[in-house]
Amino acid sequence: MTLRTEPVTINIGPHHPSTHGVFRLRVTFDGEVIVDAEPVFGYLHRGTEKLAEERTYVQFVTLTDRMDYVASMTNNQGWVLAVEKLAGITPSPRGVWLRMISAELQRIASHLVAIGFFLQDLGAFATPLMYTMRERERILDLFEILCGARITYSYMRPGGVFQDAPQEFWPRLDTFLKEMPHYVDEYERLISGNEIVLVRTKGIGKVPADTLINASASGPILRAAGVDWDLRKKDPYEFYDRVKFDLPLAKESDNFARYIVRIQEMRESLKIVTHCKEQIEPGPVRPKEVPFLVRPPRGDAYAHIEAPKGELGYYVVSDGSIAPYRCHVRAPSFINLTLLRDMLVGWKVADMIVTFGSIDINMGEVDR
Amino acid sequence: MTTSLRGEQVASMISAFAHEAVAGHNEGSVWVGAESWPAVARQLHDRPETDFKYLSSISAVDYIDHFEVVYHLVSLRHNHGAVVKIRCGEGRSDPVIPSCMPVWRGAELQEREAYDLMGVRFEGHPNLKRVMLWEGFPGHPHRKDFLR
Repeated sequence: MTLRTEPVTINIGPHHPSTHGVFRLRVTFDGEVIVDAEPVFGYLHRGTEKLAEERTYVQFVTLTDRMDYVASMTNNQGWVLAVEKLAGITPSPRGVWLRMISAELQRIASHLVAIGFFLQDLGAFATPLMYTMRERERILDLFEILCGARITYSYMRPGGVFQDAPQEFWPRLDTFLKEMPHYVDEYERLISGNEIVLVRTKGIGKVPADTLINASASGPILRAAGVDWDLRKKDPYEFYDRVKFDLPLAKESDNFARYIVRIQEMRESLKIVTHCKEQIEPGPVRPKEVPFLVRPPRGDAYAHIEAPKGELGYYVVSDGSIAPYRCHVRAPSFINLTLLRDMLVGWKVADMIVTFGSIDINMGEVDR
Repeated sequence: MTTSLRGEQVASMISAFAHEAVAGHNEGSVWVGAESWPAVARQLHDRPETDFKYLSSISAVDYIDHFEVVYHLVSLRHNHGAVVKIRCGEGRSDPVIPSCMPVWRGAELQEREAYDLMGVRFEGHPNLKRVMLWEGFPGHPHRKDFLR
């Protein structure tokens, strides 16, 4: 006698603890094996791009915070770079160094969240997350000294940043830079050699490199497939051409490779912060002549940066007034979801959550 | 450093294989006719001298009298980039341009987004439905019809 089977379609989310926000995944299973998957989103759509059209260039900085809310600093950075390009503003060197320091600290914080939740999704309940959140907390403390906020910083302005780092910031940063490598070692001891982690992540969620390129994937996902592409190296913005760092790459393009690339990127970010700290010089953090109401000439500009999750781009069109005529955000999390189906099909239910965690998406940025 | 190819450079590259495709160019970008876009996209992707394997971003802009779709292309090998703009006909009634999904899969969600929020129809997209808003939402909110 043969057993009659049929595929079942199940909704995972939008209110599922593992979906990192309000994300819905419509999955079709054959037994425990995934045969089809379709991401459904838009639950957090706030029309940020439309709101930009009614705000001045500086006011919109506060809204960029709300897109990728675990990496607000890099969102600020992408926006101010786009405005500077559009309006032809030359930023103050000290402002640029401060922006780089905060962006790299933010990258560490974002990768800590990514790794913590990735392991949480794997079933390592709470412990790794507590460890990574402990260090993220210290970065948030540093940001609080810098600008007074812990999540939505709005620290950057076209031309630099809005205030200089206070005196007590630097010794705290030194302590952090001294201690953080040991914490990264600790994660590696705890996780990277863990047998369960290896069995559950190696070889799972593989996508070939040319498929990733064709599907516009970016960030650690692309580098985990051995593609040597990081905008900090390939299209250096700010002063990234003046700091030395390596580009962590992996070849396997599986869930473990994405994890290990993130771990190594944290070490490189620490190097960058150290270099920035050595090279920073006194001076104004924002040129005096940059007006509060920026009026760029008619035209358009596209600025892209390497955000923790991938290439974050802002396409801005100006009609010469104090508000952008059109602003479009190229959100890395959104576009990285294109390949979700390819990563999932053929694997089991339990792998689905892990693979999804390894992409590291943020719903604020996907839906905007 | 990624070299941004100037509009005329890209125009001369395109006109080598599709002379009628280029509608104009300025310093930063090149305009391509909507009807020749699929062929041009395929050539820009395949030809070794252009080698635009990576589609960075698709943005749609409402210019009141017409809609424009802007493609930012990057070549990972040559490390150069180009901006291709396509005007979607005249008027606001039914802007439509051919989809470039057969060439770049990365266009899948971005074209759906442009369709959802700006109402540009991408002909040939296999699954062109709304992505942010629900089916049945009246209108496309990023158009300039939606005012405060």
